[in-house]
Amino acid sequence: MLSRVADACFWMSRLIERAEANSRVLDVNIQLMLDLEDGNGSTARQHWQPILATLEDQELFNELHDGITGDAVMDFITFEKSYANSIVSCLSHARENARMVREQISSEMWEHINRLYLYLHSGASRSAFIESPIDFYRSLVDSLHSFQGITVATMTHGEGWQFLQAGKFLERADSTSRVLDIKYHILLPSGEQIGGTVDSTQWMAVLRSCSAMEAFLKISHGHVTGWEVAQFLILHDTFPRSLRFCVDQLDASLHCISGCDRGHFSNDAERLSGMLRSNLDYATIQPIFQEGLHQYLDRTQLSLIEISNALVKTYCTWLDRT
Amino acid sequence: MQGIFDKYDVGEFYDEMFSSDGAVRPHYRQLLERFAEMDPADFDRKRALAERTYLNQGITFTVYSGDEGTERIMPFDLIPRIIPAGEWSVIERGLVQRLNALNQFLHDIYHGQRILKEGVIPEEIVRSAKHFRPELVGFDLPNNIYIHVCGTDLIRGADGAYMVLEDNGRCPSGVSYLLENRQAMKRVFPRLFSRHAVRPVGRYPQELLAALRHSAPHGNPDPTVVVLTPGIYNSAYFEHSFLARAMGIEIVVGPDLVVENKRVFMKTTKGLRQVDVIYRRIDDDFLDPTVFRKDSVLGVPGIVEAYRAGNVSLANALGTGVADDKVTYYYVPAMIRFYLGEEPILPNVETYLSAVASDRTFILENLPRLVVKAANESGGYGMMIGPHATKEEIEKFRAAIIADPRGYVAQPVISLSRSPCYVDGAVEGRHIDLRPYVLSGEKTVIIPGGLTRVAMRKGSLVVNSSQGGGSKDTWVLDEGEAPC
Repeated sequence: MLSRVADACFWMSRLIERAEANSRVLDVNIQLMLDLEDGNGSTARQHWQPILATLEDQELFNELHDGITGDAVMDFITFEKSYANSIVSCLSHARENARMVREQISSEMWEHINRLYLYLHSGASRSAFIESPIDFYRSLVDSLHSFQGITVATMTHGEGWQFLQAGKFLERADSTSRVLDIKYHILLPSGEQIGGTVDSTQWMAVLRSCSAMEAFLKISHGHVTGWEVAQFLILHDTFPRSLRFCVDQLDASLHCISGCDRGHFSNDAERLSGMLRSNLDYATIQPIFQEGLHQYLDRTQLSLIEISNALVKTYCTWLDRT
Repeated sequence: MQGIFDKYDVGEFYDEMFSSDGAVRPHYRQLLERFAEMDPADFDRKRALAERTYLNQGITFTVYSGDEGTERIMPFDLIPRIIPAGEWSVIERGLVQRLNALNQFLHDIYHGQRILKEGVIPEEIVRSAKHFRPELVGFDLPNNIYIHVCGTDLIRGADGAYMVLEDNGRCPSGVSYLLENRQAMKRVFPRLFSRHAVRPVGRYPQELLAALRHSAPHGNPDPTVVVLTPGIYNSAYFEHSFLARAMGIEIVVGPDLVVENKRVFMKTTKGLRQVDVIYRRIDDDFLDPTVFRKDSVLGVPGIVEAYRAGNVSLANALGTGVADDKVTYYYVPAMIRFYLGEEPILPNVETYLSAVASDRTFILENLPRLVVKAANESGGYGMMIGPHATKEEIEKFRAAIIADPRGYVAQPVISLSRSPCYVDGAVEGRHIDLRPYVLSGEKTVIIPGGLTRVAMRKGSLVVNSSQGGGSKDTWVLDEGEAPC
């Protein structure tokens, strides 16, 4: 497969997953705010600040908006064209990548992403957003889920598909780590206890952002504590958005692409993904909290960036002289 | 009784559907019966359905205004253009004859130059042609085929006779619209096709691939063929990727290719892979920055060297632009007589060369009544239609002709035939042309019909999509089937 095409598949998939993650986080945050609202303006700031804190481009937000309000943050993350990671930007770039690999992906995939793009650039999407932001984000997530289904059902599961898989799971691992990290940035109101009502409501929101609520409750016997939520979202072996699961799938796709056996490596991307995967396979939650959850997540995000860079270098830019 | 056709006015022109007395031509009778049942609301619904399909599939071109491009679809008219079997078989023979002569001409001027030596075409005309490549003289091509894909524009004048308006032997585009228009018509009017014996067009990509494979270097029986595109921002990108998909081959941009040891390779995830045939949709000038335009970022450095070493084939070949030259066009009938010893089946439009003194005098005296064309422009650019031109435009062209007589030709204004088109709730006549796509491989193949382009603006004679033109489906009826 052409190197450029592999690159476009990988990024198309990452951007689609990123748009989905943004939609989920915003949906859940609106609901969380409604749960905890006390009619006092400072609450809005407290709820939306942590979302901003995990973005890489807070300066741009501050240039464009006077203060942190729910509307401003939602508008920025959803519709802001000058923000490269907004939902609209992600899907525009994903579509551009899809157009580049139009002959690799199925027509059904292309038409789905194209329709979604046309919708987001039409007045209809704005009106739907104003009518009900929650419904708007849910229908976006639905549509992106459909895209995943269409992909599985209509595209050849060959090399291109493996690059899509690699992109999807790498991005998803990153998203899950960021959602967990949002909680680190949320300050508990004074007087609230760790493990108290507000704390556990916030952890439940983290779970919901990862569609993990129901799966988590099946094994947690009703306790929603930071320790258990982090353990679930980092170390669970079969939940499809846990870090461990995502890294395992990423590693599997990388090995499918090269044909190298799992447990061995033939390039840097595989070596790095294999290391991260075995770390996650044999980790327990206690040392993670000892190190500090935020520090651990930061380190994991850096590993994911390294894997991504190594993948691009191995397969996509190997001949570039720069 | 006839609904949307009630107020149809044939006008002063040759009408494809009705004769001058207003009677429907036999091959359109059934179509009229079907469409007569429809009211404008039905028709609008059908049209919206077709347009939505084009938009969702991304069959669009981008119009830039301000900082953002908007995507438009090429206007599509739902009333098909119908060509009876007998008429088509003449066109078909004429096109094959013409392309054979053009390929022989290109081979000749890049080899012995017999046609120049025998004085059939003045040597100066070829030597001064903008796209003549003297460095390729003596270079042999597989099967001596230069133009693998030709788009020949045909028009019909006041008497309905077909004439050749121009030959496009470089990178003719539009064939994807031909194929998509047929798909759209089948979706919107499924039952129409069962009543007419319309010859299918869907095998074009396979025929194209066969022609490309046939051109492989050293008769390689299993060549790697790719489509080379300028990229996703090119207005014809949809077509490039459409054809790559339909042929099941890779689509590449310049930076995907690299030349080593006079061979062309593509960069893949598994290393370099050699490429044998390139269906390039990039003009000669942009193909190789080490040979042609230095500022081209679309091309592949060294590709011309690989080509000249015979290690890669280009379709169309390098240097075919000389056949597109509108001065060369003038000589095509002479080429047909010279190389084939036959009379041209499809005539040229009467043409005056401003390079010839007597013609030039005539042109300069009659500018307001003539169409003037730059010899090396396409897409409706560099053209003046005298009767529609302002005084300033006429004077501008006069000065240009005097400064560069070799650079222009002139033709009488042809009132192109009209076809009924649905416009704002009613059917009105619009001028059309026809671009069939002729493929040269093991044999010469033409997909029945071609792209019928429509000048959507009332009264306009310019059908190019860059100038607001649209298109419609083109039906060639099957032999033996009674058209009504």
